[in-house]
Amino acid sequence: MTHVAQPTETVDRTFEVGMLTRVEGEGSLTLRVHDGKVVEAHLGIFEAPRYFEHLVVGRTPDEVIDIVARICGICPVAYQMSAVHAFESLFGVEIDPAVRSLRRLFYCGEWIESHALHVYLLHAPDFLGYPSAIELARDHRAVVERALTMKRTGNKLVAMLGARPIHPLTVRVGGFSRVPARNELMAIRPALDDALETAKATVDFVRGLTAPVFEREPKLVSLRHASEYPMNDGRIVSNDGLNIPIDSWREAFEEDQVSWSNALQARTKAGEVYLLGPSARLTLNADRLHPLAAEALASLGLAEEIRRNPYWSIAARAVELVHALAEAIDIIDGYHQPDRAAAPWTARPGAAAWATEAPRGLLFHHYEVDADGLIAHAQIVPPTSQNQASIEADLTAFAPSVLGLSQAEATHQLEQLIRSYDPCISCATHFLDLRVEETDE
Amino acid sequence: MAVTGIAPHPRPQPNPRWAAPRRPRVGVVKFSSCDGCQLTLLDMEDELLAITERFDIVEFAEATSNRSHGPFDVLLVEGSVSTADQAEEIVQLRRQATTLVSIGACATSGGIQALRNLGDDDAFRNSVYPRPEWIAALPTSKPVSDYVAVDAELYGCPISGRQLLELLTSLVVGRRPQLPDEAVCAECKRLGNTCVRVAGGVSCLGPVTRTGCGALCPSFDRGCYGCFGPREAANTVSLANWFGELGKGDAEVAREFAKFNVGAPAFRKIVERER
Repeated sequence: MTHVAQPTETVDRTFEVGMLTRVEGEGSLTLRVHDGKVVEAHLGIFEAPRYFEHLVVGRTPDEVIDIVARICGICPVAYQMSAVHAFESLFGVEIDPAVRSLRRLFYCGEWIESHALHVYLLHAPDFLGYPSAIELARDHRAVVERALTMKRTGNKLVAMLGARPIHPLTVRVGGFSRVPARNELMAIRPALDDALETAKATVDFVRGLTAPVFEREPKLVSLRHASEYPMNDGRIVSNDGLNIPIDSWREAFEEDQVSWSNALQARTKAGEVYLLGPSARLTLNADRLHPLAAEALASLGLAEEIRRNPYWSIAARAVELVHALAEAIDIIDGYHQPDRAAAPWTARPGAAAWATEAPRGLLFHHYEVDADGLIAHAQIVPPTSQNQASIEADLTAFAPSVLGLSQAEATHQLEQLIRSYDPCISCATHFLDLRVEETDE
Repeated sequence: MAVTGIAPHPRPQPNPRWAAPRRPRVGVVKFSSCDGCQLTLLDMEDELLAITERFDIVEFAEATSNRSHGPFDVLLVEGSVSTADQAEEIVQLRRQATTLVSIGACATSGGIQALRNLGDDDAFRNSVYPRPEWIAALPTSKPVSDYVAVDAELYGCPISGRQLLELLTSLVVGRRPQLPDEAVCAECKRLGNTCVRVAGGVSCLGPVTRTGCGALCPSFDRGCYGCFGPREAANTVSLANWFGELGKGDAEVAREFAKFNVGAPAFRKIVERER
């Protein structure tokens, strides 16, 4: 519900959106403006806490993998991947190279369904002036149908490996409970070819959009791997020289609690805000893209806009769609079913830590495993809680430029800015409630 | 049939805009949850556009900026009630809804976050947040039916898209939805799976769990972990005893039942017994 106050001669103005829509979960924003400057920008997250870090205490590693999927219905694979790699790293489990490829294929499936959902169903309506993809489909049915078919292919890929797209159930320490035969994977090959064409068309579609003008120089953080576009392996790097092992997030970053949010906020130990997600990942790893995705990025010509303007994250997602589909095809073409679905393992006590690249960015897990092989302590740092401070900083920087616009347009651009991060508030913890207040205090 | 010699009387043609039955107004809302059950609707890629033609989706914050506080012909409610605000909101929403359907394990049994109903809530809060006093949440996570009357429930973590489609279809044509209430075992047998429990010695909640998923776990070489909750008259005590005979300790048996439907009485009973 958008409440639009009539502009008046007084200095105080209030823009209000009861709940930000087309995001996962619920949160609020309060922005105070004084003399044309934003003096306070709070992204409030009051999604009810579910205490996952406590729910996993006393559990076995495989139980943790089932439980942490439930943090997010959109990116359960990411939670399962960070957890399983953390445990395998601590236990010294060598996974079969084919299993490693299947894990990447699994992640490709999640990136495809999540990015297709965000680009077309959540984000594109902003650029085209529709309240949702339902109305968009009335005018451009073929575009939406094509998008849904691509999204379905991503979901099918996840389900092929994980039995179902939401809360898949096959990931186990050491591998999977079951791995597919080659011919099972080949069955999805035509749909992937078709979706790859849709992803290329998505890049063309994105090229035709117009984004609000906004430039900043963000600190970008993602994984980086020696040869691969980063998903579940590599080192944690930034655009300003950070380069640490994948299990060492706590060396460089920390979480803190703020009174306006049920999600903990993360910053660097020096107090800097930083950006995760497709734009950061693409900027830091453009040289690791699949050739077809590199070609798409070159043809798009928006690399600098993707780095500097958060609204252009839609272009980063489009390029990553091409990457994920092209890589999925390559993995399937090179796949040979491993002799066993999972390598044997024995639990050992210690700290298990790992980060992987969720669709929305770096997702870090840290577990302490006790002598019985059960979890004694857990820390889960989702991408959205890390992006919170960056979103607030960007709103602070962007808000002055919209104060001259109409209430409705200013509010819309601020909402769109938040949506461009694809915030997953259920992950971070739930209502995005946008309030902009101008005060003369 | 026209009578010879008499021109057939032209039948009155209703104005199609008046005669088209009004599309049911559907709302989708959530409380404490992962968004996965409402996402199930968006994941019905083949049916989604047809559904939006048959139903007027007036409230679905995750998918549309059009908002409504009601009234709703059908309201799908995801998530458990775990804050004081949610406890008030569900009462308001119930007044606006002709048919209220809880969807998913959180809304039907409190979700995995209902584990805190069994233990010390402060321990949960303190273990996650440095400043627990800033967190406003109830000490319990409860199903929607604990607060208001519910007309139908879809089980599962997540729900089944097929069951959601069956529910919506039945509402349009005005019949009872055909939702199974047999054990996962029955469906698993029909699929021709080798029993993971008998042949593999794996603990499997299939005998006591309601089907709906398609017996996915045993089909993918692992034991069922109870996503759809206990079926009617589930003998969980017998199954728990059998797990004990397999050599599982009490705590291990309790953990098998202490998952996404721990708030369902038949599962909760085992968890409390082992504490």
